[in-house]
Amino acid sequence: MRLNIGIVSLALLLCLGSAAGGAQQPAPQKAPTKAPQKAQEKTPQKDQQQQMRGLDEEVQEIKSDVLRISEELRLLEEKLLYPSGTQVAVFVTLAKGDSMRLDAVRLQIDGQLVTHYIYSAKELEALRKGGVQRIYVGNVATGDHQLEVVVDGKPQDGADFSRTERFTFRKEVKPKLVALTLAGPDSGNTPVTLGEW
Amino acid sequence: MMRAPHYLLGLVLALGLAAPPAEDSKLRDLYFGEALFHVYQGQYFDALERLDTELAQYHGLDQPELDTLHYHINDAEFCVGDFELNYRMHRRAGRAIKAVLEGAVDEVVRNEAAYRLARIHFQKDQLDDAQLALGRIQGAVPEQIRDDIEFLRANIDMATGNPSEAVKVLEQLHSAESLAGFVAYNLGIALLQDGRSQEAIEQLDKAGRLAAGDPAGLAIRDKSNLVLGSILFESSSFERAKQSLDRIRLEGPFSNQALLRAGWAEATAGQYDRALVPWNLLVDREPTDVAVQEAMLAAPHAYANLNLHGRAALMYEHALNLFNHQIERVDASIGSIREGRFLKALIREESRQDETWVIRLRSLPDAPETYYLMELIASHDFQTALHNYLDLEDLRSKLMAWETSMNAFDDLIELRGRNYEPLLPEVDAKFRELDSRMRLRLEQRKHLGDRLQAMLTAPRPDHLATAEELNAGERLALIEKQLGDSESPASLALRQRAANLRGALTWRLETEYHQRLTAAYAHLKELNTHVDALTRQYDAFVRTRQAATHSYVGYDVQIERLCGSVGDALERVDTLMARQGEMIESVAISQLEARRERLVDQQTQARYAVADSYDRAARAQFDQEAR
Repeated sequence: MRLNIGIVSLALLLCLGSAAGGAQQPAPQKAPTKAPQKAQEKTPQKDQQQQMRGLDEEVQEIKSDVLRISEELRLLEEKLLYPSGTQVAVFVTLAKGDSMRLDAVRLQIDGQLVTHYIYSAKELEALRKGGVQRIYVGNVATGDHQLEVVVDGKPQDGADFSRTERFTFRKEVKPKLVALTLAGPDSGNTPVTLGEW
Repeated sequence: MMRAPHYLLGLVLALGLAAPPAEDSKLRDLYFGEALFHVYQGQYFDALERLDTELAQYHGLDQPELDTLHYHINDAEFCVGDFELNYRMHRRAGRAIKAVLEGAVDEVVRNEAAYRLARIHFQKDQLDDAQLALGRIQGAVPEQIRDDIEFLRANIDMATGNPSEAVKVLEQLHSAESLAGFVAYNLGIALLQDGRSQEAIEQLDKAGRLAAGDPAGLAIRDKSNLVLGSILFESSSFERAKQSLDRIRLEGPFSNQALLRAGWAEATAGQYDRALVPWNLLVDREPTDVAVQEAMLAAPHAYANLNLHGRAALMYEHALNLFNHQIERVDASIGSIREGRFLKALIREESRQDETWVIRLRSLPDAPETYYLMELIASHDFQTALHNYLDLEDLRSKLMAWETSMNAFDDLIELRGRNYEPLLPEVDAKFRELDSRMRLRLEQRKHLGDRLQAMLTAPRPDHLATAEELNAGERLALIEKQLGDSESPASLALRQRAANLRGALTWRLETEYHQRLTAAYAHLKELNTHVDALTRQYDAFVRTRQAATHSYVGYDVQIERLCGSVGDALERVDTLMARQGEMIESVAISQLEARRERLVDQQTQARYAVADSYDRAARAQFDQEAR
């Protein structure tokens, strides 16, 4: 649906504004009641609106500052905990159009369990839309390493399934990025494909 | 020129996030994909932080075209603006979109950016800027936003007091199916603003009859009918007003107002019995609604006009009880807000699990303060204030977690220092020794390589002699020296033998030269393999050694600065939260007080009307008995 919420809200905003101001809606009630709407005074309302907008500007500023701190912190964290010489990051993505319900992914590097991730509906949806999840960041020495991937899930109309795939990746001096593309049994694609960056 | 795929450009639209990647769009940059992963979950802060970092790194590269983000750079620049907009950072979003506008992008992308910028300005009531941004749209316009642009243009015209211009634009926009209801309604309003009342009525009548399937379309159709009904009522066209109001759905957002006004249309025409139909329907609805409260007095008023004073008295009494109860509820709500419970309800995790959290606030237990605030909560500025409050709460949680991280980093660095410092001097001493030996060997290898290279142009067979041959050569030289220049026959015979032997040696060196040179090269190559392995080990050691130092040296200043920044930010967030919370509470309380004032007024009216109706009922009974 291309009718986007931005437009709708824009239209509704205008509708409300126009209907209230432009159209000058009549207050139809007569005796015995008084006009019930617009009970609030105009000027204080304007003042409050101004104050709210002023605060909004300040909130935007602090968001900017916190974002800057967050960026710096992330870089520091990477430098401290995952230096480029040993860093390995594993990413997960779903094959395009795949409809399986991904429940969990387990990763072992050189026989050691490094992560066991269980997916929420929101995360699964984000993967289906094309998002890429960084499932693991860690450290390994340069050289060849074994990666074992276990995928637990369920096809759209089928029983639970579990697939295990094993790969070898080579860690060089620069950070190693490993991308795993997962596919359900219905798709006809390889269950787990390894891509290296 | 890379064109942003729609799934990326559409991110600005909160609901448009569901759009899947275009078939031909292959994701090349994992970190960009990670930002999208966060965005698809509504985690704009994380997405922005990820993408900002990526973009900063990209722009800092000597050869950015070699980076994987290069494939998505235009999308990424656009997305930053989108994410910021969704994270309610309009100022930064505006700047980001302006950067796209001023960058080397194609016409279609630039026009879309201009449209978005105009929309931001419009939302912020910066109408001149909005018009300027729209003015920058020239040439090819993306098909999917063509109508949106014109619709926005008309909105701006209306907001700047140019309804006639808006009319012209909106009249051309009838083809836009998704916008049909809004266009039709706004055209009616623009005509009304332009003083063309009759045309406005006709237009709103059309808008009120449009077919609609989605909730937004149905709502705007109801709104058209409500406005039309009100206009017709004011011009005393009660029957037409009633027809228009009757078209409003009984379960829509405008149904209460429609029922109330339909009743007034009947009552004003003197049809009190018919007015009772919508009003009696209304009095059983949600008692906090303004229209329902209005109907609580209007219905007995109709009964009184039908001379059913007893029934009127009972209904007024019921209304009085309701107003008493509602005043108590409002008082409870005001008290609850003053105790800070409204803000606590807002930040409760379960209250914001999805996008409808504002609506669901009402159903939260222990949050009576929300009963009367739905109208207020629906207003744009108040929603922004609420969202800002929640954003601040999120920032506060993050900053507090980071404070803890900083302490952990400090501990980590200290531990690493304690671990490495006693070890490193010994390691360094051994390394220096190995380093000097290795350098010597490498020098020797280089020398050998140079000599072999030189022998390609100036053959030196003697350089390829074996140790035995060298030894034999030296011995021959010694013998030759000992024989000297003696002319005795024995010496001559011996010199001849020595010369034969040297000749044999030279013959061997000369004839085997090429074979030996090839073998020497093969050996040098073998040596190279070993040297390369050694160099790799050497480099790995140097890196590891550097990493050891880097793991704990040089962070103090940065961590101290970051600690300061986090602390300052936390302080500012706390202050802002307090101010934002106070503002929310004060707006909510003033809204509630206004409603309370109105309720007290209605209560007084009801109290008076109860007495009056009982009097009239008694008098009527007395008259009846007297007859």
